[in-house]
Formats: sequence, C-alpha cells, structure tokens
Amino acid sequence: MSYIHIRGLEFSYINEAEEPPVKNTVLKGIDLDIEKGEFVAVLGHNGSGKSTLAKCINAINTPEKGEVTVDGLDTIREENLLPIRKRVGMVFQNPDNQIVATIVEEDVAFALENLGVEPKEIRRRVDEALKTVGMYEYRMHAPHKLSGGQKQRVAIAGIIAMEPDCIVLDEPTAMLDPKGRSEVMKTIKMLNREKGVTIVLITHYMEEAAQADRVVVIDGGEKIMDSVPKKVFSQVDVMRNLGLDVPQVTEIADFLNKQGYDISGEIITEDECVQALYGLLKDTAAG
Amino acid sequence: MIKDITIGQFFPGNSPVHRLDARAKILLTIVFIVMLFTAGDMRGLGVCAVFTLLTFLISRIPLKMMFKGLRTILVIIIITSVLNLFFIHTGEPIFEWKFIKITDKGLQTAVFMVVRIACLIIGTSLLTYTTSPIDLTDAIERLLSPLKKIKVPVHELAMMMTIALRFIPTLIEETDKIMSAQKARGADMETGSFIKRAKALIPVLIPLFVSSFRHAEELALAMECRCYHGGEGRTRMKQLKMKLIDLWGTVYVFTFFAGVIVLNHFI
Repeated sequence: MSYIHIRGLEFSYINEAEEPPVKNTVLKGIDLDIEKGEFVAVLGHNGSGKSTLAKCINAINTPEKGEVTVDGLDTIREENLLPIRKRVGMVFQNPDNQIVATIVEEDVAFALENLGVEPKEIRRRVDEALKTVGMYEYRMHAPHKLSGGQKQRVAIAGIIAMEPDCIVLDEPTAMLDPKGRSEVMKTIKMLNREKGVTIVLITHYMEEAAQADRVVVIDGGEKIMDSVPKKVFSQVDVMRNLGLDVPQVTEIADFLNKQGYDISGEIITEDECVQALYGLLKDTAAG
Repeated sequence: MIKDITIGQFFPGNSPVHRLDARAKILLTIVFIVMLFTAGDMRGLGVCAVFTLLTFLISRIPLKMMFKGLRTILVIIIITSVLNLFFIHTGEPIFEWKFIKITDKGLQTAVFMVVRIACLIIGTSLLTYTTSPIDLTDAIERLLSPLKKIKVPVHELAMMMTIALRFIPTLIEETDKIMSAQKARGADMETGSFIKRAKALIPVLIPLFVSSFRHAEELALAMECRCYHGGEGRTRMKQLKMKLIDLWGTVYVFTFFAGVIVLNHFI
C-alpha cells in the first residue's frame, strides 16, 4: 500500500443555518496514491475541493465514505490522530494565523512541546529546523516584525521540527509577494530534494505546479487528471475548460502549434521555451 | 509606526534584576509589598524607599520611566495627601485659618502615605519593566500549577494569555487597515463630539470583531495540526531554573526586610 492511500473519498459540509440543513458535497469519490518522497501538486480553482482534500490527509476532516490511510494508519480512528499529525504536517495560507508564540524560536518549539519531547532534544531540533529554512539569525525576533515570506518560513520550520514524513501545504504562497513566494518555493523544493520529505502542494499558481514531479487536477470534487506536469499542461484546451491557466510559456507553444509551427506542446519552463523558439528560428532561417 | 509598540512595558536588558528567574521576581515583589506595609514609621519607610531606588538603579531602566509610572497615579497621590492633610486633626496644629486646620500629625501621615504609594508603584512596575511577557506568563503558570489539583485550568489560562499577547500587534495592524478602509469610504473619525467619535468607531470594531473570530478559528486548526492537545504531557524548551543569582536576590530583599522589622520592634 502507498504511503498516503485514498480510496473512494467522499466528504460534504452541512450548512445548519439553512432550514432544512443543506448538504454540500465537496469531494465525490477521490482515489489517490502518494508515495514517500514524491512532490505532488494539487491544482483546482476555488471551490474545487482541493483544500478539503488536504485536510482529509491529516485527519482534520474524516471521510464520510471511503478511506484515507497514512503510513497504514486509518484517519477515522481517534487513537491515530496524534501519530498521523506527527507524520503529516500542514502549512496554511495565512502565516499570521499559524504562529502561536511571541518569539520565533518559541513558536518553532510549539509542536515539540506538545509532543512531550525532552527539552535538550527540542533545542537541537528547533535550531536545525530554523537553519534548514534559513531563519536561524531571526530566532529571537518577534514574528510580527518579519515579512510574509519569512513568517511562512517560520511556519514551515515549526512543521519540520516535528520531523514529519510528509508536509501538506495549502496555498502557502497565496498571500505573499513575488519575493516571498520564491523564498517559500525554494524552501519546499529543497526539503523535497535534500531531506526526502514528501510534499503535497495545493496551489492555483501554474508556475509552482510545474515544478512538481506530478500534478493532480481536481474539479467539482473529482480527480480529472493525474500525471507528470508536461502531460497535464500540454492539454491546454482541457485546462481552459476547467477554468485553469497553463504556464505562460506553454500557452505560447500551444498558440504557435495551432498556427502550424512545428513546436512541442510539452513545454513548461522558460528554458525549454527559449530552446524551442531558438530551434524554430534557426530552421526558418535555414529554410 | 503603530506596529512598533512594545507589548507591556518590557525593557530588554542584562542587569542582575533582568537575570533573576521570573518566578523569583514575582515572589520577591510580593515580599516587597509586605515589607512596605510592615514599615510602621518614617524610618522603616525610608529603608523601603532606599531599597526601591537602589533596585531601580541596579536594573538600569531609564530613570524617566520611574516618573512616567508615577504620573498615571498622580490623581490618587494628590487625593490621598489632601485627605490626610486636612482631615487628621490630632497632634499639634501648625496652621489654622477659618475651618482649615493642619496638624503636624496630619502632615506626617500625608507624606508617609505618598511615599508608600510611590514606592509601591515604582517597585511593582519594575517587575514588568524587567521581565518579558512570555517569561511572566510562564512563571505565573508554574507558580499556580499546584492549583491544578483543585481543577483550576492553569495551563489553559496561561495559553490564553500567550495567544492574546501574540495577537495584539496583529489586531492593531488590522485596526489600522480597517480604519483606512473606512476613511476611504468617507468615515469621519477625527472631528465631532466625544460621543460622535465613539459612534464612528462602530464600523471599525465590528469588522475587527468578525476577523478576530476568523483568526481564532484558523489558529485553532493550525494548533491542532501541530499536535496540541492541552497541557497534558507537555514539555517546555526553556526550563526555568533557579540559579545562584536568585539566591542573592532573595538575600538582598530579605536583608532590607529584616532592617524594617528591626526598626519597627527594637529601636
């Protein structure tokens, strides 16, 4: 069985304010397998159910139907809650709402204090986590004086101090400026490549999704596509119908392709695009 | 600018007063209050005043902070001295004019009271000047921890205090934003009578209230994701440890206390 194993997952919110209560089904039977060490991006527009799916992975939401297991632990069982949350950390959109303490290092220590780790071991892991995200010099600072990207890195440090196998990030860059966004993305990629942490990145930025090993597209609570980024983004028309963009460079390639130029549709990075355009121009010049 | 406010009145530093364990500091402050009320005459109070000034100097807190603390209770000081001055009629009269009669006893009591209140305020504010809010909360939690046995939610209270401290700057920032947003929509918050201005704050307070609920909900979720499950089985990264300096601090305070008692009873 895969590390995160989701079968036939259904979930709905019940709006009690209405009379009679309205049931709003958000996830309609999702199957998903994520292996240890993978970097998976989950794409979908607002209301597609991607955040709900994220919360199902670390047992904040429990499935109405179907099952979700993490490392073989069923999320529906109460006694599995802490072991699962120790394995799967979660980072949210708004960094302000995840920081508990008034000093950076105290905040990073929060999860470890909850788990009852020895004080000396907490110290070691806090220092290590802060160094990993490059925030060690700021360890004595007050969080509200940091920039958005720095705060989000502190939030990530608070999670990796738990030494989880997997981190689920729910639109971690949505509230950040471009600089903060690239800081956070760099940290995420480094954690995946160097520390072997499994990453599930919920996002609606195509450029971020393009950096993953695998992209899962969700729409209306169902899984529409699940493949490597090239395969997903090359289906420009399907993505557009879902209300999603593709990276700008993919769009250019697609446009040229439709105009009859001989250019690959599987272009997702700027470098690839430049190379392809260069090749194209050279051919035209030669011809 | 509004972002730069200091929470509480903490002045970071490295003086012996700063380095005392927060628990020791709270307990010694209580001892100090007892000492202040044990002092029975001017001489005893003089010892207390010397103690207060000396400790203030040791802490290296800017001296103007001493007067700033006093300014807030100026009214109380004035009322106390006036009441004592005019309404104590025992002792030798030193000034008499129509119905006003001031006696030496009255004057003495007035000065005594003013010095006592001033020492009380300066001495206790030194606690918050030299202790970070986080240490203070931590120390309160530990000092009150025996109350857990009679089901007082000590850990929960301390956690609430920490989170409140954490969110003060965030909420101030937000108030700033909401006020700008309302001003951009034509709200007038600076002119008009006091009541009119107070009413103009309603469109600021309501969004602030709603958003603090949203903060609370998300924070609770994030805390749960980080395995928060109450105070049970929790450890702390920073262990509060009584050190040699705390012993010296205790000796220092009790020396003065002993002085006050000796003056009271034997001389």
